[in-house]
Amino acid sequence: MKTICRTAKLYLHYVSINVRCMMEYKTSFLLTAIGQFLVSFNVFLGIFFMFQRFSTVEGFTYSEVLLCFSIILLEFALAEMVARGFDTFSGMVRSGDFDRILVRPQSEIVQVLGSRFELTRIGRMIQAVVMFVYGILKSGITWDFRKICTVVFMLAGGTTVFSALFLIYAALCFFTLDGLEFMNVFTDGAREFGKYPIGIYGRKILLFTTFVIPYALIQYYPLLYILGKRSSALYMFLPLAACWFLIPAVLLWKFGVRHYRSSGS
Amino acid sequence: MITMEHVCKSYRIAKRNAGFREACKALFHREYEVIHALNDVSFTIGDGEMVGYIGPNGAGKSSTIKILSGILTPDSGTVLVDGRVPCKDRIRHVREIGVVFGQRSQLWWDVPVIDSFELLKDIYSIPDHQYRQSLEELTELLSLAELLRSPARQLSLGQRMRCEIAASLLHQPRILFLDEPTIGLDAVSKLAVRDFILRQNQTHGTTVILTTHDMQDIESLTRRILLIGRGQILMDGTLDDIRTGSGSIDEAIADLYRSYQI
Amino acid sequence: MKKYLSFFRLRFAMGLQYRTAALAGITTQFAWGFMEIMIFHAFYRADAASFPMHFSATASYIWLQQAFLVLFAAWMMENEIFDSIVNGNIVYELCRPVSIYNMWFARSIATRVSKAVLRCFPILVVAAFIPHPYGIEAPAGWLHFFLFVLTLILGLAVTVSFCLLIYVLTFFTISPQGLRMVFISAVEFFAGAVIPLPFFPEKVQRILELLPFAAMQNVALRVYSGSMSPAEMKKAILLQVCWLAIIVSAGKLLCTLAEKKITVQGG
Repeated sequence: MKTICRTAKLYLHYVSINVRCMMEYKTSFLLTAIGQFLVSFNVFLGIFFMFQRFSTVEGFTYSEVLLCFSIILLEFALAEMVARGFDTFSGMVRSGDFDRILVRPQSEIVQVLGSRFELTRIGRMIQAVVMFVYGILKSGITWDFRKICTVVFMLAGGTTVFSALFLIYAALCFFTLDGLEFMNVFTDGAREFGKYPIGIYGRKILLFTTFVIPYALIQYYPLLYILGKRSSALYMFLPLAACWFLIPAVLLWKFGVRHYRSSGS
Repeated sequence: MITMEHVCKSYRIAKRNAGFREACKALFHREYEVIHALNDVSFTIGDGEMVGYIGPNGAGKSSTIKILSGILTPDSGTVLVDGRVPCKDRIRHVREIGVVFGQRSQLWWDVPVIDSFELLKDIYSIPDHQYRQSLEELTELLSLAELLRSPARQLSLGQRMRCEIAASLLHQPRILFLDEPTIGLDAVSKLAVRDFILRQNQTHGTTVILTTHDMQDIESLTRRILLIGRGQILMDGTLDDIRTGSGSIDEAIADLYRSYQI
Repeated sequence: MKKYLSFFRLRFAMGLQYRTAALAGITTQFAWGFMEIMIFHAFYRADAASFPMHFSATASYIWLQQAFLVLFAAWMMENEIFDSIVNGNIVYELCRPVSIYNMWFARSIATRVSKAVLRCFPILVVAAFIPHPYGIEAPAGWLHFFLFVLTLILGLAVTVSFCLLIYVLTFFTISPQGLRMVFISAVEFFAGAVIPLPFFPEKVQRILELLPFAAMQNVALRVYSGSMSPAEMKKAILLQVCWLAIIVSAGKLLCTLAEKKITVQGG
């Protein structure tokens, strides 16, 4: 317990130093945040214009899709903010700064997490929150305690799954530095295509995202519960179950570190 | 304190040839080259000793430092530092060592140096009183008082190196690895750094291993010299063993490199 | 001309060296195109009558878009050029006996084409084997194929000249980063990279088709499967040529102004 507290304190220390660094370049910070906003705003416009033409997709209305998109965007933005150190890890391997991490008496994961805290993702979050509020107002959901819990679980589980994906990405950096673009399918791709409820992509994709990479657990199933399309309480807790995905990610990372320490590159 | 016995380490790197045709060929078939960075290296260093580790570029100096600091696992051979195997027991091992990479920075670029130090205090879990005592001592000996409040990006190279060294010593390690600590420094900073290292070794009994290309560093700091070339220890002796005739130390070293054909 | 060709060869060889990167990129774009088609298919099932083009034509649009992504991606600007402007290294380039505008133009085309050549064939071949209506169809006819190649080249030229305009504008702004971001978002959206232009409401579409953004990827990708009438095609190609002329002359003009500004102020 004491070590957990100490690690948490250390992480917060890292965060505060990151924020102070960023505030040295306020203009750049502001512009990047706006850029983040614009990028996801484009996606929103895409959805908006599609629904000018079509009224529903697979039984989901415009406001329901916005709700879905806003939650996945928020999860992704949170994960990017926290786990940006993994996302940019290839640079750390290339520059040799990972050696510095290895000569310090803390876990490698905490140190890499602490190396970057990307506050600029606030731009994406603002957009997500606005859409979320709009979706709630328009979709006519009757909220109760369980549904609010489900949203919180979705955010927690989703941030964990995306962070785990960034961790896998970082672990792969130990083996190759130029074949990593395909990982974008699972990170950026999940954000991009998670804007619609996963059910619309058909059964095979749904199975894959239930049992292999658990996107559906953090998006589709709990969404059905919130929208009142399913009533089983199981759907409420599925986002938490999705956290299992962190286990293979951490194992791969440990394997990667071992490889790095024996090959030295 | 430190023993290395029959340590070997080799890397495999992909060959990349120039030219359009070669690039096409590499698309389908890639050739690898094995480089023996360390080839049966053995030496011992006693407690409180100060050793200069020299050799031309790519001779295996940084591989040795990486193995001793627990970053790299050797292919074969045994390494013992203060009774620990560095690569097995990383976290316990690195608490007792300090490493300065002369060409890389461990300070946060955009915040005052003191903020970086405070973070290191948490990373190494240094108790308050010990931290205050180290900081005071280092501030005085390295004349950091004026520098601590400015961000690292505003410091000159010499000022920054002084801060780097302080950062590596805050947790009072018993062993200090210095990888080219005086590279690119002006004369005044070089003297200050040398002076400090010497003092650290004398007052705290810190074991120091120093890699450098600057023979003045060696001349003023270390009595013992390890010469490495092509992955092997070629000479383990003193400055007097190297110095022949009346030429300068640089000439003597150059002669030595030539005689070993490295 | 010869120096531009040798530059092209150099870029191409550089691209080939990173075979893993190329393979990863192809896989990514393939997965991307696949998911994109799944989305449109879901909308198609929801309401086939509201679908503005044949479903198979939409699939072809998306596969072509993925295959030639690097030709038209606005975000694929050359950081080296930006850096040289910001840190002042551009002064050295001014000393060389070539026009800066032409050199950048050739360089950007070379970078994009060399990457596209490496990536487009695998994607197209695999997409051709995907069953109807999800795969890529053969072009609507020989004429359409010919026009496709022509408009592809024109579209590339418009995209590159537009990017050059942004590079040159960097000389005159305080915040190049912000300018770049706004332009990239606008290009992506209005060019039809987020959703193809026919999917916009008709009124919006009519305006968008007149903008320079529509002269980029939009024309080629739609001409291919014959979803434009001959009159529409004529108009679109004419617009491409006009916009290319306008943007290139604007770029050259600004470039001369910028060069003067540099030589007068000394950077």
